Amino acid sequence: MLHDMKPEDIAGDYQEITLNLFGNMTRKILYTQVETPYPDGKLIVSTTDPSGVITHVNQAFIEMSGYTKDELINSPHSILRHPDMPPAAFKDLWDTVQKGSKWQGFVKNLRKDGGYYWVKATVIPNVRNSKVTGYTSVRRKPSRTKVEECIKLYPTLF
Amino acid sequence: MSNLFTISPDFSPDRISGWYIFNTWFQKQTGEAIHLKMYDNFHSQIAAIKNDEIDLIYANPFDAAMLVREKGFLPLVKPFGKTDEAIIAVNAKNTVEDVAHLSPGIRVAVTEDPDVRLMGMIMLEPGDLDANNMNIDIYDTYVLVAKHLLRGDADVGIFLAEAYDDLSNMIKSQLKILVRSQISVIHHSLMIGPKLAGKRDEFQSLLVEMSNDAKGKGVLEGLGFDAWIGIEDEEMEFMIDLMDTLNT
Repeated sequence: MLHDMKPEDIAGDYQEITLNLFGNMTRKILYTQVETPYPDGKLIVSTTDPSGVITHVNQAFIEMSGYTKDELINSPHSILRHPDMPPAAFKDLWDTVQKGSKWQGFVKNLRKDGGYYWVKATVIPNVRNSKVTGYTSVRRKPSRTKVEECIKLYPTLF
Repeated sequence: MSNLFTISPDFSPDRISGWYIFNTWFQKQTGEAIHLKMYDNFHSQIAAIKNDEIDLIYANPFDAAMLVREKGFLPLVKPFGKTDEAIIAVNAKNTVEDVAHLSPGIRVAVTEDPDVRLMGMIMLEPGDLDANNMNIDIYDTYVLVAKHLLRGDADVGIFLAEAYDDLSNMIKSQLKILVRSQISVIHHSLMIGPKLAGKRDEFQSLLVEMSNDAKGKGVLEGLGFDAWIGIEDEEMEFMIDLMDTLNT
């Protein structure tokens, strides 16, 4: 279950948009232009079940997303979905991992406070006894050059 | 027939006698004949694993995927409170303060230690650096990595954090840390091969209980940690998946 974002959680001036998400869900997004820099030396790690519902998060995930662990567990991973990310990127992600392959890309993630952070994300299927039991996503600090390229490219993919 | 036990070649040289003492203790506790063989480098150890010569291994996390998924090894235990972390360091006189300010063409000093090198390379990515635009020099020890940074014939060194912390204060005062990883879930593991799989529960409980026994505690001190912690299959699979995401 994904709740609409609340004005009282947002830090600073914000814009509003309603996003259509995977699974016929919609979510009211409140977002700002405030970037949180990716912390040096850390990895953000999460695991989802096969339908994309979060089952595990590490401390770096909690810190960077701004949500509590309880708010994240059992939420769809699209809780991080930023309106500037083209839907085609996530379609490619799902098409790739559902084929059993590894997906890698640069992603602008949405924080609970409406701000954002860029990551280099790698997602792999968790294969146990020949069955996909979920997906692990590991995010690391991206190169600024690549982020600048994505800032130019992504608006053209809508 | 004797079983062959080996240690990841990145062990600290100060711990060699500790591992031999551990092997003697383990043989006595299990009643199994176990021969400890140290390999000089990762290549020769991997060749022995591929040749099915190894029955028990204190493995580098980088090799865990191959051991579990290709060779049917099972995890037993990991050292308590000891994870593998990496450090990116430069000469203290270097004006660079951030990895993002390093330039292509730099000389990077590393050891053969595969998981540390992998973590280090990831921490260099924000500077648009990868194996294609750096010169990588491989040295036998982290002391040599430090030495080449001090001499100025390497621009950046990738260290196992524990090895960096163990450098003398005099050396450390001439170096500067740019990044220290805080990954917390990558660790070495003691694992058994298929020939000993039936002994897994027995071995695991012996090792987990080791720190409750005065003699066992003394043996652990020689290895540089306080206790062994049991590893479940899913925890190992999680670490393997994580290493897999990094190795891209």
